[in-house]
Amino acid sequence: MTDNLQLNAEGKLKHFLTIEGLSKSLLTEILDTAESFAGMSEHQVKKVPLLRGKTIVNLFFENSTRTRTTFELAATRLSADVINMNIATSATSKGESLLDTIRNLEAMFVDMFVVRHAISGAAHFIAQQTAPHISVINAGDGQHAHPTQAMLDMFTIRQLKPDFSSLRVAIIGDILHSRVARSEIQALNTLGAAEVRVIAPKTLLPAHVESLGVSVSHNLTEGLKDIDVVMMLRLQKERMSSALLPSESEYFKCFGLTEEKLKIAKPDAIVMHPGPINRGVEIDSKVADGPQSVILKQVSNGIAVRMAIMAMAMQKQVA
Amino acid sequence: MMKIRIDHGRIIDPANGMDRIGSVYIEGGKIMSATDEPAGFKPDTVINAENQIVCPGFIDLSARLRDMGHSRKATFKSEVRAAAAAGVTAICLQPDTVPVIDTTAVVELIKELAEKADYPQVYAVGALTQKLEGTELSSMLSLKQAGCIAVGNANQPVKNLLILRRAMEYAASHDLLMMFRPNDFDLGNNGCAHEGAIATRYGLPSTPEAAETIALAQCLELAELTGCRVHFGQLSCKRSVIKIHQAKKYGLKVSADVAVHQLHLTENDMKPFDSAYHVLPPLRTEEDKQYLRQGLAVGTINSICSDHQPHDLDAKLGAFPETEPGVSSLETLLPLMLKLVTQHAITLEQGIACLSANPARVLRLESGALTPGFSADVCIFDPELDWQVNSANWKSQGVNTPFWGQTLKGRVTHTLQAGKIIHRM
Repeated sequence: MTDNLQLNAEGKLKHFLTIEGLSKSLLTEILDTAESFAGMSEHQVKKVPLLRGKTIVNLFFENSTRTRTTFELAATRLSADVINMNIATSATSKGESLLDTIRNLEAMFVDMFVVRHAISGAAHFIAQQTAPHISVINAGDGQHAHPTQAMLDMFTIRQLKPDFSSLRVAIIGDILHSRVARSEIQALNTLGAAEVRVIAPKTLLPAHVESLGVSVSHNLTEGLKDIDVVMMLRLQKERMSSALLPSESEYFKCFGLTEEKLKIAKPDAIVMHPGPINRGVEIDSKVADGPQSVILKQVSNGIAVRMAIMAMAMQKQVA
Repeated sequence: MMKIRIDHGRIIDPANGMDRIGSVYIEGGKIMSATDEPAGFKPDTVINAENQIVCPGFIDLSARLRDMGHSRKATFKSEVRAAAAAGVTAICLQPDTVPVIDTTAVVELIKELAEKADYPQVYAVGALTQKLEGTELSSMLSLKQAGCIAVGNANQPVKNLLILRRAMEYAASHDLLMMFRPNDFDLGNNGCAHEGAIATRYGLPSTPEAAETIALAQCLELAELTGCRVHFGQLSCKRSVIKIHQAKKYGLKVSADVAVHQLHLTENDMKPFDSAYHVLPPLRTEEDKQYLRQGLAVGTINSICSDHQPHDLDAKLGAFPETEPGVSSLETLLPLMLKLVTQHAITLEQGIACLSANPARVLRLESGALTPGFSADVCIFDPELDWQVNSANWKSQGVNTPFWGQTLKGRVTHTLQAGKIIHRM
């Protein structure tokens, strides 16, 4: 099952829906392009005119403050016009179908959709259905993919640990429901990480998880050995009510990242989290705010990486 | 009385152990002979079946024809044309119509719709429970007397095993067959894909095989406890085949079918988020597919059904988990069966039996064979004819098939139902 929907005939990025099927060189190009935007935030004038006159619609069918804000900032810094639509509270609640929402917005001559949706495959569906000149960026679809998050995490890792081939990365927590985890695993494997390890109880791991190209551990203290990068995932409260876990406190006891457990990883290991964090559930405050944490760096990098992806996907229009 | 003679065809009639070149003689809607010419037989119509195969008309154990509350998806008129073009001469209609087949009025309505569509052999499967809600028994005897051929709960769950036990006991009291699609609703967890590597990669809600095999095992126990005749429909995995095999060996009176697409497609064939591949039970693994084929070859599974489910375009237009499951599959039934033969999974005789004699036996119908006196339900097909699945060749109103655009081998040239030619290519 390959996926060329996101590339044009020349192999350039047209949509950005998933890491799957993208080459190492393309991912590296995204990271390099992001690098060139990264310094900009500290400048007096924080804008480049790359996407002047372009209209980008942030189409959020699911609430998200941080992702939407960084996409909005990224688009603004590229000088695009941005419209934010929180569909969770508008059109579809009036019974309008996903397709009709898209058709209506197309009729308003937009150039790009940034889509977040609670159903896996929604961004693919929109990319298949939308007019050919429109680019679609997946800002998270169901449990499938969150590729811009993965790329900003790769960017953050590369700033601190430039050689992926020597890296052992642990992803800890609710892999089963995590689109972030799926995209991180694909990105790390494409970039040639030495090992990607998932650490979780069986109830939070999908079937045949090893087929994603990971090793598996059910024990945090064992799993953290030799790890360079610790990626924590957010634990949703509803996992307790659906009988996947007994309690938050037991989860914290087994899989919560504390200073003590972090010592098992390599001494220079970095700690990441896609946010929003649940302090005291998956991560102790001392670690989240501690010297090894790069959580806020991830947020800042989100802007540059999203600028790079938007600019690359619109290149065919800009040129 | 119309007299028809079908000449020069290769007659394959598994129930009578026949495979020969010859003629079939039909009069008054009945088979007169498939061997010797009846004395003084003067046909009104002669069909030349040279280089073609003449066999009993196909009996489909599970199909939806929509209509009534679902007429935007398809109608009896559109779907019986598809059935006729597929060589299907009798259809078991699952009870999850709108309204549900849980009253004699709905059974009568279905008969009327079938007659208006000039395709009388639509057999309604009555609801096992009222409104298919799984809590109260339907009036099974009345449904049987009105013409229901069996009872079942389609894809809907029966609330608990006590209710299922009582429903089976009651069905057994009236010598009714129960058609059962095993699926534990809770374990199924609203999945839209097989719980395996593909669902994991694409983050799709998934259903394990155990949702099927546990429900199957429970129902087998209840079949023994209640003495109810059970036919298991649309099996999808290896362990189901093993369980049926063991149950038969043990002496239980059970039978089973498989939907034709499960014999050809696996999770690996799914194109990313292509809703044409959204079916229930979901497409499983290569190993499951091989076991299902093996189950057919040794007779553990005795029938192939189409599990025909035509949809309107909107039903399949959306993000994969939100689309409706099901394939429009009547018209690909024969070519996909023949593909099993060319791939040496089963013999041609077995394939024909799985579509005719065996389902007839499940339903206790006097058909599915070219036996003198039986209803003249006949399918004539050209096993070598290639055709493309496209709108020019397609009769069903539902175009939801993963085989769209493909070229398939084997096409029905004539279909006779009770001696009447209902399809001619």
